Amino acid sequence: MSPLTYILGIPLVAAVALLFVPPTQRVTVRALAVLATFITMVFAVKLFLQFHAGAAGFQFEQEWTWVRALDIRYHVGVDGINIGLILMGALVAFAAACVSWDIRDREKEFYILLLLMTGGILGAFASLDLFFFYCFHELALVPTFIMIGVWGRGENKNYATFQIILYLSLGALVSLIGLLMLYLQAGAQSFDLVAIAAHLKQHPLPVAAQRTIFPLLLFGFGILVSLWPFHSWAPLGYSAAPTATAMLHAGVIKKFGLYGLIRIALPLMPQGAQAWVSVLAWLCLGNILYCGLVAMRQGDLNRLLGNASVAHMGFVFLGIASLNLIGLTGAVVVMVAHGLLAALTFGLSGYLYQQTRTLELGALGGLLRPMPFFGAVLVMAMLAGCGVPGFGNFVGETLVFFGAWKPFPLPTILAAWGALIIGAVFMLRAIRTMMHGPLPPAWAGLLDVKSLWRKLPFAVLLAALLGLGCFPGLLTDKIQPSAQEILKNATETAPGIPALRSR
Amino acid sequence: MGLGISILLLGLWTPEDQKRNLGYAVILALGMILAGSFLLDGSRPLYAFGRMFVLDEFALFFKRFFMVAALIVLVLSMSSARQLAGGIAEYYAFVLFALAGMMFAASVNHFALLFVSLELITVTFYVLTGYRCHRVRSLEAGIKYLIMGGLSSAFLVYGMALVYGTSGVLGFDALHDQMAALGSSRVFLAGLILILVGIAFKIAVVPFQMWTPDVYQGSPTPTAAFLAVGSKAAGFAVLLRLLFFAVPEITLKWKLGWLAVSVLTILYGSLGAIPQRNLSRLMGYSSIAHAGFLMLGLATVSQAGVAAMLFYLGAYLFSVLAVFTVLSLVMEEADVQDVDALAALNRRSPLLAMTLAVAMASLAGVPLLAGFFGKFLVIKAVVSQFPASPYYAAAMWAAGLGILASMYFYFGVIQAAFWGKPIPETDNQTIALAPPVRCAIYVCLAGMVFFGLFPGWLMHWAQQAAGICPWR
Repeated sequence: MSPLTYILGIPLVAAVALLFVPPTQRVTVRALAVLATFITMVFAVKLFLQFHAGAAGFQFEQEWTWVRALDIRYHVGVDGINIGLILMGALVAFAAACVSWDIRDREKEFYILLLLMTGGILGAFASLDLFFFYCFHELALVPTFIMIGVWGRGENKNYATFQIILYLSLGALVSLIGLLMLYLQAGAQSFDLVAIAAHLKQHPLPVAAQRTIFPLLLFGFGILVSLWPFHSWAPLGYSAAPTATAMLHAGVIKKFGLYGLIRIALPLMPQGAQAWVSVLAWLCLGNILYCGLVAMRQGDLNRLLGNASVAHMGFVFLGIASLNLIGLTGAVVVMVAHGLLAALTFGLSGYLYQQTRTLELGALGGLLRPMPFFGAVLVMAMLAGCGVPGFGNFVGETLVFFGAWKPFPLPTILAAWGALIIGAVFMLRAIRTMMHGPLPPAWAGLLDVKSLWRKLPFAVLLAALLGLGCFPGLLTDKIQPSAQEILKNATETAPGIPALRSR
Repeated sequence: MGLGISILLLGLWTPEDQKRNLGYAVILALGMILAGSFLLDGSRPLYAFGRMFVLDEFALFFKRFFMVAALIVLVLSMSSARQLAGGIAEYYAFVLFALAGMMFAASVNHFALLFVSLELITVTFYVLTGYRCHRVRSLEAGIKYLIMGGLSSAFLVYGMALVYGTSGVLGFDALHDQMAALGSSRVFLAGLILILVGIAFKIAVVPFQMWTPDVYQGSPTPTAAFLAVGSKAAGFAVLLRLLFFAVPEITLKWKLGWLAVSVLTILYGSLGAIPQRNLSRLMGYSSIAHAGFLMLGLATVSQAGVAAMLFYLGAYLFSVLAVFTVLSLVMEEADVQDVDALAALNRRSPLLAMTLAVAMASLAGVPLLAGFFGKFLVIKAVVSQFPASPYYAAAMWAAGLGILASMYFYFGVIQAAFWGKPIPETDNQTIALAPPVRCAIYVCLAGMVFFGLFPGWLMHWAQQAAGICPWR
């Protein structure tokens, strides 16, 4: 049994087990959920450390035939691209389970849904079969709907939850059609990625087919990742969602579409990619500049963080569009770093909301005084969001800019401006308004994060961000060979810049 | 048939309060017949009644399907016995008669048998829909169904007359042999179209679907359930046999026609359901939308499409019966059919709420449930036809719009059940579940989840049965 099966299986088994726990046993319910995510996290860390960078093919593979007639297999495996994502997903899931101590009503259903989402997205990252890839992601759909509807905040949570469901389903449907067309055009009679890739090496897809299928996947997955202009569901949805849902969604589930592009669309349809990446490069500016500017004007912390999260996705798109080794490596690093960052910031804002019941920046102020730990972590998180060195986001964004400079100089300049200036403006403005300045008497009695248990999720995420920022080689050494493999096909006309120097 | 008549007779001698328990006897007997059907092997078709009646994989698939549906409907009717005050033993008997009609419909190989089986189903449903004759709504539903049924029978017979007139035969085999000669005869084609119109009333596709929401709203819930599942599937069984056994070349030529009908039906059903507040009407519109999806599978004119349709029907069976079970239990308490009646369901009965959520998710097409795999197979069949004609791509996008619209109202029901605002009529009592109903719910849940997680078996049966279609 591959550890990957444990990683995605334990949350799902725990969800089923929770069905049988009576709802009155609150402590048992919480303990089971936290324990399940903790074990998953341990497995993920172990997997990360045991991973051999540079080995060919996939590691820790497991394969079971599921539907013989269509050759759909349960096939999981890791390479450099998804090992970081799985680790990030497990960390965020653990933090999300820990942070949900404020859910006092129907905790059993809440944790069941949370565990379903976790199992689903980890399965999606680990999956090497097109069908399961899609299915595992969709597993998160109904839990999202119910979680935002029942435990969400704000008067328009119903509107938010329907909008998020319908938008994500639209993206999923478009990408499903793209995946099915890929399956049928590839002619490999199999949904298994490895089998399709091997088949396409011998008989590559005709360019016309690639040019039709790639945009379907691009926009289908793009909608799932809030590519501009299909991004409006994200800020509203995240501000209405309960903390754990926002952490999982903004941090982990959003990366699914990007992972799909890197894993499926780029290597299997290189000529289609080459035809469409210029469109992508300019669209991602919509994310970075437009959503960044919108974030600057937000008066509500969650909306600001939601828009900021959408803006950061622009960097990943730019990295993918660059179609070279440094850019793609940077894109994956941003995915991992942003996942941790989004989870951290939404977790912190959730903690604040419980006490103040408002996230209006205008109403808050001077919070560093009553809440030093909270304030310190939030300041560090905001600086990470600006791309300050020492955090993982800096590493990723720099790599993306270096990689994207050669093919797209003008978008890179604008993106760098967006990242540094606009990002700094809205992040620092938030810090100044919330953390510094006069302390309104209403908030003088706020409680800081005191106990170890409460500090743990934030500490875990922050440590991971710092670790990624100070020792990026741990991740990039693993990403590089796999990214090189993916780009081998796509870089016939655009040779990659020489490899990063490893320590 | 024999079972039905014997129940009618037994009912004469059973005291009033015991009549409900006759249901156990019926269910047991039906269960034994269902088990027995698995001993039959359909790989070599068997014929009877002068080649009118055929027993092959396709027929066996549908027979088992109808029996499972009837079993669950019988359980439902047992639990609603209080409302079916007109005579519960007779209700069981009528359900069995309708079942007999459906079993015949699965095996048609001749127009006469087609007519007889469809009529048996229709006439029985005249009574079943109007069963609660003390309520105006039920009588109204019965009358509407009567008029619709009469109209469809008229079309059927006229069409059959024209077909017989031009070809001189009524058997599907014989008709198939004469295809080359008849394919261009206008009168024959007109007759065929009239027959299709008659069948189209049964399966409720555009433009013959207007009766569905009204009849579903008025009939007693077990009847609506049987209509949604059994009658519709019987219509499709007959349609598939007719199109692929008797006139396959014409079916291929009229591809665009099927596409157009399916797209219109999906859109009508999905968009029409959005403003509905009455649960039975909502299920009526949703069943129209599902008929549209089945037609989409038909429009691909391929074995993959037919297998997809059969799998879809299997998933649809469990999902719709689960929904109607929950609805009958909830609506019986409050005698309110509004969506708000579902409020606080997960406090009143967590099992029912979860079943409803799973069933709605399955109907909407949420993965790892049976309904998703059915939709997936249909979409796959359509996408594989993309190179054949650009209209398939257009149909796909329209179907996608339908899927999204349907998600809206299916998820709206989940919303009402989990966090809806309660209305005064619904008190917060827990809903008690009798053992047979609980059993039925578990069976439906198991069906949806099992066929979603392990679709191999159902796919295998569906593909075996899809052998009637001559094109891959």
